[in-house]
Amino acid sequence: MSDAPTREVARRAFASEFNDAGYTFKESDDERAPNYALFPTGERANRVFVVGTVTEKEDVGEDSEYWRGRVVDPTGTFFMYAGQYQPDAASVLRDLEPPEYVAVVGKPRTYETDDGSINVSVRPESISIVDAATRDRWVVETAERTLDRVERFRSDDEGDDAGSVYEYVGMAREQYDLPVENYRRDVVTALESLDEGSEGTDDASVEAE
Amino acid sequence: MTLREHAEDVHEQFSDHLEIDVGDVEDRLSTLVDEYKVPVEEARRSVTSHYLDEADMDRDALGSGGDNAELGLGEIETDEQWLDVTAKVVDLWDPRSDAVGQVGLLGDPTGTVKFTKWAKSDLPELEAGEVYRLGNVVTDEYEGRYSVKLNRTTTVENLDDDIEVGDDTSEVGGALVDIQNGSGLIKRCPEEDCTRVLQNGRCQEHGEVEGEFDLRIKGVLDDGNDAHEVIFDKEATEDLTDMSLEEAKDMAMDALDTTVVADEMAEDVLGRYYRVEGPVFGRYVLVDEMEELDGPIDSEDVLIKARSI
Repeated sequence: MSDAPTREVARRAFASEFNDAGYTFKESDDERAPNYALFPTGERANRVFVVGTVTEKEDVGEDSEYWRGRVVDPTGTFFMYAGQYQPDAASVLRDLEPPEYVAVVGKPRTYETDDGSINVSVRPESISIVDAATRDRWVVETAERTLDRVERFRSDDEGDDAGSVYEYVGMAREQYDLPVENYRRDVVTALESLDEGSEGTDDASVEAE
Repeated sequence: MTLREHAEDVHEQFSDHLEIDVGDVEDRLSTLVDEYKVPVEEARRSVTSHYLDEADMDRDALGSGGDNAELGLGEIETDEQWLDVTAKVVDLWDPRSDAVGQVGLLGDPTGTVKFTKWAKSDLPELEAGEVYRLGNVVTDEYEGRYSVKLNRTTTVENLDDDIEVGDDTSEVGGALVDIQNGSGLIKRCPEEDCTRVLQNGRCQEHGEVEGEFDLRIKGVLDDGNDAHEVIFDKEATEDLTDMSLEEAKDMAMDALDTTVVADEMAEDVLGRYYRVEGPVFGRYVLVDEMEELDGPIDSEDVLIKARSI
């Protein structure tokens, strides 16, 4: 039982950081070794958990169904792609009517566009319809996790010359030239958007139900 | 530890300085503990002071016999306390940082506790299932949960021994990110003392049997730092999903398919946040108590932090 592979944690990141995570890597040469996307704040992610608003969905498949969904958080947009190999997620996307709050568990995927830039998207394992309270909790939780990473990234800056204390902070410094300050600012923006949203809308949402 | 053992410890500490009788020490301890209901640690301190006076010594000059507390893992409730423990390595996990050499779960009859062994500590590798005597470990607290850390000063002695690991409750929270195979409406083997879950109507042990229906959810609660595997038994599953065993059976009957039950449950619970509590069994938390975290959340503290760093 102790030989069972440890389940990969679903990392939390806002869309602005996730979409910058264009560098991917494996930890070993094994063909079946898991793929990781590298967050610019210095963490590896084989899986993510995202809660946001689906604003659009479209079947972009040619021969078979291939659903693309746009899921929006306070900092930007996550792109989801679900086809025949993600039947559950595809059927949720097919059936829902935007706008709707959804919780998505999935794997980061990257592809290179014709102009050479890297796009980052989510290949969903599951999509479920949730409520505003769950979305708000995700925003606060993702803010906490992001701040922890920003702090770790910065404390590493002042660290010794023995190299980075945390491997993936060192890797992020090497692979990216993205100021982590931007992600701290996005956290502030995201949290402030909750404050604005909560004023007066509480009653409205109760009435709407 | 009995009073006699405490008395022997005290006797040992003074053996180079005073001619004292173990029985005398025990009597003094007994007076304080049995008659005056003084806690044993305090009694020991008082008796030690008495002999220090008699020998005209400073406390510092005393040998370090019985220096570290010897506590059960389930009894730890102080941060930064130095301890000696005898424990079994129940589980080893993947370290998430290069600074950590090994991380996992230690257990003894009083419970289990997470341990971290620093990479720099230069200690031997601990093996799962083995029992060790660990001298000089230090406790650590994070959000109300205790762990122990093995460092450079820790002594490790592999004991040729097995000890029982006690039930320990654990509290974990996070988003329910997965419902695993073998969840929903299941059938169990009806043989005496066999509760194995049937696969295609067959029990691994007893072959083809007429199974008994049960409800269960094997799920994963993930807080972005750790993924906790949790099991909801029939009561907990009914509580979680608001679906009774009878309703689940009817639903499966209508669909001529038992898998619809897990699908229906997933729709209601996946992606929501929960906090659960229950005993730890291997890598699972067996859910006794649960709470859906569906109330409003306070973002003020995080916002203050976000603005200040």
